[in-house]
Amino acid sequence: MIRMEILKKTLKVVISISVLVSIWQFAVLTGRYEPSLLPSPTKVFEAMTELIKDGTLLTHFRVSLTRFFIGYLVAIFAGITLGLLLGWNKSVWSFIEPVVQVLRPVSPIAWFPFIVLWFGIGDAPAIVIIFIAGFFPILLSTVSGVGNVDPIYLKVADNFGIRQPQMLFKIILPAAFPLIANGLHLALGSAWVFLVAGEMVGAQSGLGYLIIDARNSLRSDLVLAGIIFIGALGLLLDRLIKLLETGIEKQWGISRRGRN
Amino acid sequence: MYISIEGASREYFFKGRGRTVALEKVNLEIKKGEFICLLGPSGCGKTTLLNLIAGFDRPTTGFVKINGEIAAKPSVNRITIFQNYGLLPWRTVLRNVELGLESKKIDKKKRLQIAEEYIELVGLSAYKKHHPAQLSGGMQQRVALARALAVDPEILLMDEPLGALDAMTRMSMQDEIERLWQEKKKTIIFVTHDIEEAVFLADRIVIMTPSPGKVKSVVEVPLARKRDRTGSDFLKIRDRVFAEFELKPRDMTEYYL
Repeated sequence: MIRMEILKKTLKVVISISVLVSIWQFAVLTGRYEPSLLPSPTKVFEAMTELIKDGTLLTHFRVSLTRFFIGYLVAIFAGITLGLLLGWNKSVWSFIEPVVQVLRPVSPIAWFPFIVLWFGIGDAPAIVIIFIAGFFPILLSTVSGVGNVDPIYLKVADNFGIRQPQMLFKIILPAAFPLIANGLHLALGSAWVFLVAGEMVGAQSGLGYLIIDARNSLRSDLVLAGIIFIGALGLLLDRLIKLLETGIEKQWGISRRGRN
Repeated sequence: MYISIEGASREYFFKGRGRTVALEKVNLEIKKGEFICLLGPSGCGKTTLLNLIAGFDRPTTGFVKINGEIAAKPSVNRITIFQNYGLLPWRTVLRNVELGLESKKIDKKKRLQIAEEYIELVGLSAYKKHHPAQLSGGMQQRVALARALAVDPEILLMDEPLGALDAMTRMSMQDEIERLWQEKKKTIIFVTHDIEEAVFLADRIVIMTPSPGKVKSVVEVPLARKRDRTGSDFLKIRDRVFAEFELKPRDMTEYYL
C-alpha cells in the first residue's frame, strides 16, 4: 500500500517536471526568444553539471549552509527564550507586541544599510539577515504557544507541587511545542528566502553571490542553474524539518487526525 | 472534623453587571475515609465547592478547613481528578504517573518503582509505554487515578471523572474506584450528576440545587458494599434521591401543604 503511494507520488513529480521542461524546450524551439534571454534546458543542464564538476557549487553550498545554520540557530535560541518569557509575562508582552508587530512586516533586506554599518562586510550581514527573517516567526509562535497552553495542565502541575522554573520546562515548553515547531518550519522557509537575498546584496560567496556573479558575466544559463539548486536545497531543508515536526507530534502523542 | 466547611460562599463579581452567587453558605463536615458524592444539576456549585476544597479557589466568606488548617492553596495531599483526565499528551503513561513524584525528594529508581506499582494497581502494565492519545477514555482515567494515588494523598477530589465515558465503561470504572477506595483508605469527594452513580459509590450524598448553588440536604446511604445496582434497597434510596430533586411526580402536593 505504502509502496504504491510512493510510486504514485514519484510519478506525479516526474510528470509535472517533464511537462514544464517540455514547454520550456518548445518555447526555445520556436526561436522567438534570444538564447541569452531564455537559455535552453540542455544549456542549463550543462551549466548545472559544470557547477557540480568544477566544485563551485560545493564551495558556495558550504558557505551558504554555514551562514544559514548559524543565523537560524541563533534565531531559534533567541526566539524561543524570549517567546517563553514574554508569553508568560502577558503584561510585558502587551508593551512589546506593538513594536514587534511594526518590525515584523519589514523585509530584513530593508535593514541592510544599517547591517553593513553595524556588522561590516563578510559573513556577518547575511547571518544577521537570516536571523531577522527567522526570529519573528519563532518568537510569535512561541508566544502564542505559551498563551494557548491548556490551563488544565497548569492546574495539574500546581496540584502536584510543580513550581517555577520546572513548570516552564516540564509543562509550558512541551505543551507549547507543537506550535513552536510550526513556527520553526515557517522560519526556515523565510530564512532560506532571505539567505539568497542577503548574499545577493552583500556577499562575495554563497548561492546568492553565485547568481549575481553569473549575471555580471551575462551567463543566464548559470543563473537558472543556480535558481534550480537553491530551490532543490530549500525543498530538501523543508522536508527535513517537516520530518522533525511530525516526529515531535508523534512523540507528543498528537496525531493530525485528532484524538479519539 | 477532618474536613470542615463552615458557611462557605463563593460569589463572582462582574464589572457593571453585579454579582452571581455560585455557592451560598455551605456547611458540611466530612470524616476521614468517607466517600462523599456531591450530586446536582449543572450550575449547582458542586465544582465550585470541589475547587474550594482543592484550594484552587477560596471562598468569599466562610472557611474550608482540612485537619483544622484553612485550605488556601493546592496541595499534594489533595489531588483532583478531572473529567478530561488532565494527562500530559507528550508523556507516556509511565512518565505521566511519575509526574507527581518528581517534585518530591525521591530518587529516580524508587520513583520508577512506585509508578510501576500504581500502573499495575489499575491494570495498565501492558500500556506503560503508550501515550495517552493511544488509550481509550476509560484507560486514560485509570492513568489519572494511578497518577493521583502514586503521590499517596489523603484526599481524592473527583470532578465528574466518568462523565465522558459510555454507560458500560462507566459502571466498571465505578467498581474500580470503589475497589481502590477500599484498598487505599482515601477520603473521596466525588462530583457527579448521575443519581445511580452517587447511590452506588457514596457513604453520604450531598444534594445540591442551583441558582444560587447550595446544599439542599444530605442523604445517608447505609448499604453494605459491594452494592447491587438492581437490589430493592438500592432502588429505595435511589427513589429517595429522586424525590429530593422533585423528579418524582407523586406527592408533589405535600410540599405545598
